[in-house]
Amino acid sequence: MSDTTSAVVNDVREAVRPILQVENLRTYFHTADGLVRAVDGVSFELSPGTTLGIVGESGCGKTVACLSLLGLIDDPGRIEPGSVIRLRERDLVGVPEEELRSVRGNEISMIFQEPMTSLNPVRTIGDQVAEAFRIHRRASGAEARARAVEMLRLVGISGAERRAGDYPHQFSGGMRQRAMIAMALACDPAILIADEPTTALDVTIQAEILDLLKSLQERLGMAMIFVSHDLGVVSQIADRVLVMYAGQVVESGTAAEIFEAPRHPYTAGLLSSIPRVTGRLPRLSVISGSVPSPRRWPEACRFHPRCPHAWDRCRQEHPPLLGTDHPARCWLVERDEEGKVGEE
Amino acid sequence: MTLLTVEGLTKHFPSGGGMFARRGDPIRAVDGVSFEIRRGETLALVGESGSGKTTLARLVLRLLEPTAGRISFDGEDVLALEGPELKRFRRRAQIIFQDPFGSLNPRMSVGGMLREALAVHELAQGDGAKRRIAELLDAVGLQADDAFKYPHQFSGGQRQRAGIARALAVEPEFIVADEPVSALDVSVQAQVLNLLADLQDRFDLTYLFISHDLSVVRQVADRVTVMYLGAIVELGPADEIFRAPRHPYTQALLSAVPTPRAGGPGRIPLKGEVASPAEPPTGCPFHPRCHHPDVDDICRARQPRLEPSGGAVLAACHKVGAGAGAPSGQG
Repeated sequence: MSDTTSAVVNDVREAVRPILQVENLRTYFHTADGLVRAVDGVSFELSPGTTLGIVGESGCGKTVACLSLLGLIDDPGRIEPGSVIRLRERDLVGVPEEELRSVRGNEISMIFQEPMTSLNPVRTIGDQVAEAFRIHRRASGAEARARAVEMLRLVGISGAERRAGDYPHQFSGGMRQRAMIAMALACDPAILIADEPTTALDVTIQAEILDLLKSLQERLGMAMIFVSHDLGVVSQIADRVLVMYAGQVVESGTAAEIFEAPRHPYTAGLLSSIPRVTGRLPRLSVISGSVPSPRRWPEACRFHPRCPHAWDRCRQEHPPLLGTDHPARCWLVERDEEGKVGEE
Repeated sequence: MTLLTVEGLTKHFPSGGGMFARRGDPIRAVDGVSFEIRRGETLALVGESGSGKTTLARLVLRLLEPTAGRISFDGEDVLALEGPELKRFRRRAQIIFQDPFGSLNPRMSVGGMLREALAVHELAQGDGAKRRIAELLDAVGLQADDAFKYPHQFSGGQRQRAGIARALAVEPEFIVADEPVSALDVSVQAQVLNLLADLQDRFDLTYLFISHDLSVVRQVADRVTVMYLGAIVELGPADEIFRAPRHPYTQALLSAVPTPRAGGPGRIPLKGEVASPAEPPTGCPFHPRCHHPDVDDICRARQPRLEPSGGAVLAACHKVGAGAGAPSGQG
């Protein structure tokens, strides 16, 4: 291979190289009452300019996974050795706190469900939006203030100059979430993590925030991790989707694969239990039981006690993610693929 | 047959009242609302935050006293009830809350709570109460042993089942369900919605079902009423409203519902934000945000009344009311 060809190949690889690679992420809480395996072996990649949706019900580990990416896990929680969180070339696991601080809010930012609890009630919105820029970019007060106004304008707050002087209580719920987004994007991060950012909002406001996030991504090119229990919302914004159950990824694929041809019985069950605005059903399908406690995940397949298809193997052996393009953590995938092979 | 009739129901809360209060404009939480609920049906009440739906629910149960208006339940004037008659009404009309944990006594077992409800209304005691408690737990899909458990020992779905059992204990005819599945995970939400449907059939219950989630409303409602800033903007059969919403607000609301399946028309964006109920806009309360192409001086000056607007649907809109030519084309 000549030098020029290898340079071209490298260029192409550079273009498609994921900005973030997570490998076997395990975040455990070592509590007095026992071990809580909140996130238990999660792997995924995130490409620049794309959105990864993470769906699952409460208690399945979505939020802890996101907080782990930012190193925001406190005692008795710990990111276990062997976990890898690779941002560009650098593994963030085990990096000292001071170094992580230069990542947080700068290269990776996060917005939360309830902006009111993440905003400081006694400081102006403009001050708070300016803060990250002032710290990470060592900007002067005037520069940071100008940046804050620019960001507030970018997220669609009219009269940004004037509104920068307002306090959080003077903003409505939707406006506060816009301000949070402005704050998170002030340093032009490579990755924005949005944890249930529209869950507390009315449906019309929710739609506006989703539109805003999409248009900001087009303009700024950041990658996004969008966490929600609401499959409808995720289907509108995600390119790829991870379905989490009991601390693990149980299925991953493109949004179309997940929502139109789910392979894991949990994903299929979730989708069919959602009522449809398009028509009343005689009866909703249900997934029996409820999400298990993270202190005692079920043995073997963690979904088997709730699964309508479970057979002996599911009660005896823990399935890995099976299948290549659109893998699912289910023995059915293997059985189906063997079936297909057998037919030939 | 009509079970509940509400006419011109209004609730104004005094605004401010604090140290820095300046103006005395009342907050018009509910402003002249009228509707009926028929025996055995589910009427869903839809609206976003600040629409007044929760205040309305509390008024209907007389947990709040209205500023004006009338409520009649099975022919009785609810606002005139006193003493034993009021107690009887409180037995016949029950409520289920969004967060049963907040509404269940943490120091009382589920069995104790049900026993108390039975005792207050003198429905059963001793062995009779024991049998009845077992029956109730069975009806909501809990185990007999669950009677000895405390609220914190239950999952969210089980707590909501316990809340439903408490409402059922006193053999009500009418239940207000205030966002009963909003705090539940989707897999559990479906279980509770199915349970509510089963109980309605079995005990001939009438529901006023309050929700901000239109997919849930589609599943449970026979008829729908949509509220905006304290007033009803649309009211009618669920099938008709979901197929062809008349009021521009209902149209925007429906278009904003995210669904995991492709298709559907594009979203209708709304301008601005919901006004404060302390300073509602003049004329039609929705006009500053309306996307109808013909918003005019009438919209800005006169509040529209609920009027027939095709089929069995009523809408409060100058542009889609009788003779105004409905934009959705239903006649």
